[in-house]
Amino acid sequence: MSSVISDPWEGLRQFTAARIALGHTGHSLPTDVLLGFQADHAQARDAVYSALNAQQLCEDLQHFVPGILLTSQAQNRQQYLQRPDLGRKLSAVSKQKLIAQNTTENDLSIVIADGLSACAINQHVVPVLSLLIPVLVDKGWTLAPVCIVEQGRVAIADEIGFLQKSRTTLILIGERPGLSSPDSMGAYLTFQPKTGLTDESRNCISNIRPAGLHYPQATEKIYYLLNQMKIKQISGVSLKDEMELPGGKLLD
Amino acid sequence: MPYHQTIHNYTYHFPDLKTLLAKATPARSGDYLAGVAAESAQERVAAQMALADVPLPTFLTEHVIPYEEDEVTRLIMDSHDINAFSSVKHLTVGEFRNYLLSDQVTTDVLNNLTAGLTPEMVAAVSKLMRVQDLITVSAKCKVITKFRNTIGLKGHFSTRLQPNHPTDDYKGIAASILDGLLYGNGDAVIGLNPATDNIPTVIRLLEMIDSIRTQFAIPTQSCILSHITTTIQAIEKGAPVDLVFQSIGGTEATNTSFGVNLALLQEGYEAALSLNRGTVGANVMYFETGQGSSLSANAHHGVDQQTCEARAYAVARAFNPLLVNTVVGFIGPEYLYDGKQIMRAGLEDHFCGKLLGLPMGIDICYTNHAEADQDDMDTLLTLMGTAGCNYIMGVPGADDVMLHYQSTSFHDALYIRKLLGLRPAPEFEDWLIRMNIFDEKLQLQTISHRHQLLAELGTV
Repeated sequence: MSSVISDPWEGLRQFTAARIALGHTGHSLPTDVLLGFQADHAQARDAVYSALNAQQLCEDLQHFVPGILLTSQAQNRQQYLQRPDLGRKLSAVSKQKLIAQNTTENDLSIVIADGLSACAINQHVVPVLSLLIPVLVDKGWTLAPVCIVEQGRVAIADEIGFLQKSRTTLILIGERPGLSSPDSMGAYLTFQPKTGLTDESRNCISNIRPAGLHYPQATEKIYYLLNQMKIKQISGVSLKDEMELPGGKLLD
Repeated sequence: MPYHQTIHNYTYHFPDLKTLLAKATPARSGDYLAGVAAESAQERVAAQMALADVPLPTFLTEHVIPYEEDEVTRLIMDSHDINAFSSVKHLTVGEFRNYLLSDQVTTDVLNNLTAGLTPEMVAAVSKLMRVQDLITVSAKCKVITKFRNTIGLKGHFSTRLQPNHPTDDYKGIAASILDGLLYGNGDAVIGLNPATDNIPTVIRLLEMIDSIRTQFAIPTQSCILSHITTTIQAIEKGAPVDLVFQSIGGTEATNTSFGVNLALLQEGYEAALSLNRGTVGANVMYFETGQGSSLSANAHHGVDQQTCEARAYAVARAFNPLLVNTVVGFIGPEYLYDGKQIMRAGLEDHFCGKLLGLPMGIDICYTNHAEADQDDMDTLLTLMGTAGCNYIMGVPGADDVMLHYQSTSFHDALYIRKLLGLRPAPEFEDWLIRMNIFDEKLQLQTISHRHQLLAELGTV
């Protein structure tokens, strides 16, 4: 006979993803519930330590736009987690590489960074950009080469966009993994990028993944915001988001 | 004023009190990020030795943030009670540690001392303390507050029932409230972090939770943790507000980043008092704090994050709060890197808050990018229970599906109560027994689908 006492309100789970009606043995969690939680936490932890498939992404996107591989000043994940300031700056080598490219003035710099979940980027970047880039090209947007950055934070796109002489930047970055969302991708958009901008200069679209904001809707929202920036020549809190996007927590 | 200390034939120099405090702080990532931490283990101990020799009255004349520049410093200095301070005014920080740990210092002695202590004195002595020192002194403190029940009595341990939902869905929120109540949680408050700060939505949420409370005559209080300006407007529109919530920090500039100042907090306090909704007491404020918020807002003035945190408690105590809790591991690994740093910070915050006379609870928590896990949370929970913490969070299965972090669960509260023989707030305990959720021995009862809560609420 099982020592687990189940809760007769399991039916209420239809109303929330919260972990309710878990049952108990003594005052403790039943074994299956305990291990289920551990599995979800393990998935989120592995997402934080996952690595960007930079070379593969570069090859997959080659068809649309050339790619450049870059790194931030954070040497490794441990340092990245403790020193967000280093993740916001290009390494000296990467900076030289980008300057040497001497990109001509353009409408948009697209940056791809691992952020806190490289696996989110590995999964979702190609599907989203495969939808977005053809639309942009069709509408006459000029694009800088795509920059793929390891150990990057959101603000690194400001430096990249400035060096690429881009009027706007879009960074696609892995968000902080939740227990039930290890693969959430965020998109941050900034008009007239330059170093030293803060979060109020950006617009954010959060939770891009098949179980959250779907690829076509995410692409539509990105394109909408890019257009608004082009028309109104602003971004961030002063750019009223009239599509009523679901709000996201800023990554950093 | 400069300080110096020689150890192992090397003399370390510290230009001023705030540098000395920062260098004496046990290692944590946020102080490294801010560039104020000790550069070596030996420099840290040298700073602790120099700090131990600082006379307590020095803290009344050397301010870590100038009086002219910061209203929190002005609050600390202007409200300092020199009579209460007189019993310790001859002590250095090191002697103050000895004094606090001595058997002559009882709960009553500590209660009489509170108004004479400043946050910087309390932060300073905590930096010289080991974990067992922090627990020993905290456990001697007793801070009791009341609204519809009594929180903080010796031998009691309460929980905030946190029924968050990513879209503020009523049925989703009600389902989590029901789950928590049936596990004996919610005596500190039923407190929801709303997904939106939209005023009509906040008012409807207040009405919804209040209707559950009144329907079952639950002797507890509710709170929607929206910005204080939103809550003040909700009060003006006649919403059933029990507690006014606000996140606060230890510098004027931090509070500016939260969109508040002391005058606004006073306005919220008076608005809540005017409703007169408490039945056994009139503590109407709920504050949350956390180390790192000042650095995050670029508002730390070169002061270490733990001293900034202690200064937030001076803000809190000006408004006689029902509840104050540090949200210790929420802010992320760039401030508190791992389980060890989170654990130490939680104990420090609880110690400093209690010594300053606050009804301290704690959100024992971590994010998925911190080097921490459930074992670390269990460890800290066990320590906080022994330290006499007033309350913790109760989140379904420890997983907050709205804020995306892990806190303590309803089950965790049962664990610590049973292990240490701690009881819920007495009024709430009576209700739990009346509702056949606990028996007289506080054992969880088997709940049938015909239970009143399920029959009346579960079908909504």
